[in-house]
Amino acid sequence: MLLRHPNPLHPHERDATPEGLYHDRRAVLAGMIGAGLLPHLAQAAEGEASGLPRLSARLTRRLDEEQTSYDSITHYNNFYEFGTDKEDPARRAGRLRTRPWTVRVDGLVGKPQTIDIDRLIRLAPLEERVYRMRCVEGWSMVIPWVGFPLNALLKMVEPLGKARFVAFETLRDPGQMPGQRTSVLQWPYVEGLRLDEAMHPLTLLAVGLYGRVLPNQNGAPVRLVVPWKYGFKSIKSIVRIRLVDRQPPTSWNISAPQEYGFYSNVNPTVDHPRWSQARERRIGDWLPRATLPYNGYGEEVAQLYRGMNLRRYF
Amino acid sequence: MRWLVEHRQGLAHGLMALPVLVLAARWAMMIAGSDPRFVGLSAEPIDYTINYLGLWAIRFLILSLAITPLRGLTRWSWLAPLRRPLGLWAFACALLHLSVYFMLDQLGSLALLWESIAKHPFILLGMGAFTLLLPLALTSTRAAMRRVGARRWQALHRLVYVAAILAAIHFILRVKGFQPEPWIYAGLIALALALRLFPARAVRRSTA
Repeated sequence: MLLRHPNPLHPHERDATPEGLYHDRRAVLAGMIGAGLLPHLAQAAEGEASGLPRLSARLTRRLDEEQTSYDSITHYNNFYEFGTDKEDPARRAGRLRTRPWTVRVDGLVGKPQTIDIDRLIRLAPLEERVYRMRCVEGWSMVIPWVGFPLNALLKMVEPLGKARFVAFETLRDPGQMPGQRTSVLQWPYVEGLRLDEAMHPLTLLAVGLYGRVLPNQNGAPVRLVVPWKYGFKSIKSIVRIRLVDRQPPTSWNISAPQEYGFYSNVNPTVDHPRWSQARERRIGDWLPRATLPYNGYGEEVAQLYRGMNLRRYF
Repeated sequence: MRWLVEHRQGLAHGLMALPVLVLAARWAMMIAGSDPRFVGLSAEPIDYTINYLGLWAIRFLILSLAITPLRGLTRWSWLAPLRRPLGLWAFACALLHLSVYFMLDQLGSLALLWESIAKHPFILLGMGAFTLLLPLALTSTRAAMRRVGARRWQALHRLVYVAAILAAIHFILRVKGFQPEPWIYAGLIALALALRLFPARAVRRSTA
């Protein structure tokens, strides 16, 4: 242990700093971090204990809202492949092997291929983007993801003109994913987007969070992040991406079609049959806040749905 | 042993208070500044608390319903006085469950609560179960039993069967995907009710 014996001849920091500023030093630092002046300081503190490798990424999208703690982001997960309790994934995802790992990209594309995860991570410059995440259950987080736009991958495989949708698939291996021995959902987990949604610059393939490699319970080694849709659309631990001409089946829609639609855009005016979607509780808050249309990304994505009946296509 | 028998009501209340006491201790640590996850309340303590209290309400309800068939099968007459504390703790947990939901999820707004009841059958069923338990808790004392009259009191307290069925469906509707837990609870409730209907003659004969 390093012990510092204060030298009485040397002034302490507090003697050289205005008292008010000294007492508020944490708030001042937090303010600087929030303003993006010290982004790497924030990332260094959060998630350090995970021991996961750091990723270098350029901060390309800020959000003027308090980020959810690394501990909450990694210990409050819906990842039914590891159990239905929110803390099951953190407890049980350790047995997921993320190397070797490949992602098969095929279907209606000019250049179908199987991409090794270490190549995939270097496909495009990594960006740090702070997004809201709204779960269909009525809670939300603010998460600094690391990744790159999905469209970089899709452009590389050259979609054919007939391609209209993108289908995604999670690993299926009950040995590594014990939740797959239960029938809570049909396995493997599958998700889908319309091709224009998948090509939208907000749609991210994430490989990290808080400046470090994704923890297994958050969908390592690669997951989707679609910030204007309910969280379950953002499929985790992807092994296959297929371009198709018809709307692909999606796991929660198969399980309960009246509750979870294909689009599942965050919409405070269309309730879940069992609870209101008008409000949400940010993890760490006591009281709920209003849910924003498209989770606050309406300016960027509302045009994708112009003319659509959002009650019918929920 | 005689001491245990004499004080069984008090002992029962002490034991049955444990789930609420454990929860209260966790909340006290959180309010004192501990991280909610490290004191066992998860990263989302409000949702955790609502689920925990609802689960214990239904557990106590099942136990209270299990006493009569168990007594018939085992002839353990000392079980009978446990029904009242079990029923009261089921009600206490249900009241806390509803209070936390009302204050922290529905922001203490009757208008919001009313809207949730009207729009969501899941909430309506839970409210129905609670409303049925309310008169039972209010008439749980001996004095109330005397005032109502034994026959009417017994008829009134059969409402617990309906409350248990509503609570079971409320729990089934709560979870996402196919999960066995609420079905196990519903099965136990169905069993406790079925044992009253079918082997009624056998039980009556053996206890006569």
